Amino acid sequence: MHAFSESFSLALVLITQADAALWQIVALSLRVSATACALGAGAGLLLGAWLAVARFPGHAVVVGLLNTLLALPSVVVGLIVYLLLSRTGPLGSWGILFTPTAMVIAQSILVVPLIAALARQLVADALREGGDELAAMGAGPLLSAVLLLAHARLAVLTVLLTAFGRAVAEVGAVMIVGGNIAGVTRVMTTAIALETSKGDLPLALGLGLVLLGVVAVVNLAVGLIQRRGAAAVPVAAGAAA
Amino acid sequence: MTGLPPRVVPSAPLLALQQAGVAFGGQPALRDVSLQIHRGDRIALVGANGSGKTTLLRLLNGLLPPSSGQRQLPPGGRPPVTAMLFQRPFLLHFSVRRNLQLALWLAGVPAAERAARVDGALQRVGLQAKAAQPARSLSGGQQQRLALARAWAVQPDILFLDEPTASLDPSARREVEQLIDDFGQAGMALVMSTHNLGQAKRLANRMLYLDAGRLLADLPVDDFFHRTDLPPAAAQFLKGELPWT
Repeated sequence: MHAFSESFSLALVLITQADAALWQIVALSLRVSATACALGAGAGLLLGAWLAVARFPGHAVVVGLLNTLLALPSVVVGLIVYLLLSRTGPLGSWGILFTPTAMVIAQSILVVPLIAALARQLVADALREGGDELAAMGAGPLLSAVLLLAHARLAVLTVLLTAFGRAVAEVGAVMIVGGNIAGVTRVMTTAIALETSKGDLPLALGLGLVLLGVVAVVNLAVGLIQRRGAAAVPVAAGAAA
Repeated sequence: MTGLPPRVVPSAPLLALQQAGVAFGGQPALRDVSLQIHRGDRIALVGANGSGKTTLLRLLNGLLPPSSGQRQLPPGGRPPVTAMLFQRPFLLHFSVRRNLQLALWLAGVPAAERAARVDGALQRVGLQAKAAQPARSLSGGQQQRLALARAWAVQPDILFLDEPTASLDPSARREVEQLIDDFGQAGMALVMSTHNLGQAKRLANRMLYLDAGRLLADLPVDDFFHRTDLPPAAAQFLKGELPWT
């Protein structure tokens, strides 16, 4: 108990005194996860919108697969991206393994199914309400889906914040493809794991508090959005892998 | 159609159905419907729940393809511009003005014309003061008036209305009925499903009666209410409904 309280006090000191190492790690975490979510949003929203309106043989299988990928383990994503980017892999010539770029790619892959599945459901629900009317006004299926994403933009924002929460809190993928290199690819989750194993509990705890704070801010934002009457999807921010 | 002879009309139709049918999963919802819509028509479509009124409106508007028969557009000429009003209008989470602009964009109206058309449509339905408000913050009657403005703005040849006042209070219903009447006076062909025979009498000049997906009567409104040789199902429908009009 004494060790915990002492570590907690030191952690607060690190945070309040704006420890450079700590904030560098925090900044990299936010940058990587935000970039991954931005990229994942582009692909995931379009994929979800398309799946909501497309009809083709095997559609139900694809949707089922997408929903299954909601529980995609981050270590599996990390492993796949590692195999692709390693020197002997098909994308090894890019030379980006153990860089923030590789971490962004891994987290993007992690959040695309989440964004796409929730966006598909959002659009499908909205289509039931207004699909006929949009069609009567001349909107084709895909245009209707995109318009409905704009229509449900606050709910879409909730989806994106949920995805950000998942990305920023995951550890498996960034550990594998980033390598946890100090000052280069070390992010909050990987640093917490490392510092804990080294016994530097104050830094680990400080990072943990900041991570909790980030997730809390995300959840607060989601709550505010939901309060504005736009909640349409379950909130899962902070669902770490 | 069975039972009564079709109406005789002079001009070329804007739209026609030729023995058209619609089936959902093998279950027929409409069977062998033949009818023509002409400029100046103000058609009330009546029948019991499940008789196929909404399906017929969707078929006429091209939202559903016929499973059998044909939906025919005027040969050689431009296809009619159509718009459709639903019982509960779907308005996007944008301002009143933005909803109208979007409808015009979807209808292919050039950008230079949109602002004037939006203003004209808002003035027509008395919603100028609400232009900047979120569309979904309007009352039910105002939302239906906005949906009418959206239809008015695209200047359709045919306006389809699916029970447009069913969810409105009497005051809002009167306002919306007046606007529909104005649109008819302005030359739009109207095709409106309704359960309200009084409303049909007030707004329509032609009645279609549907029963179990079949068009059993297509008559001028006075004939529908006063003829003694209506098909039995239509006569029974009138007996059941008239006391409430």
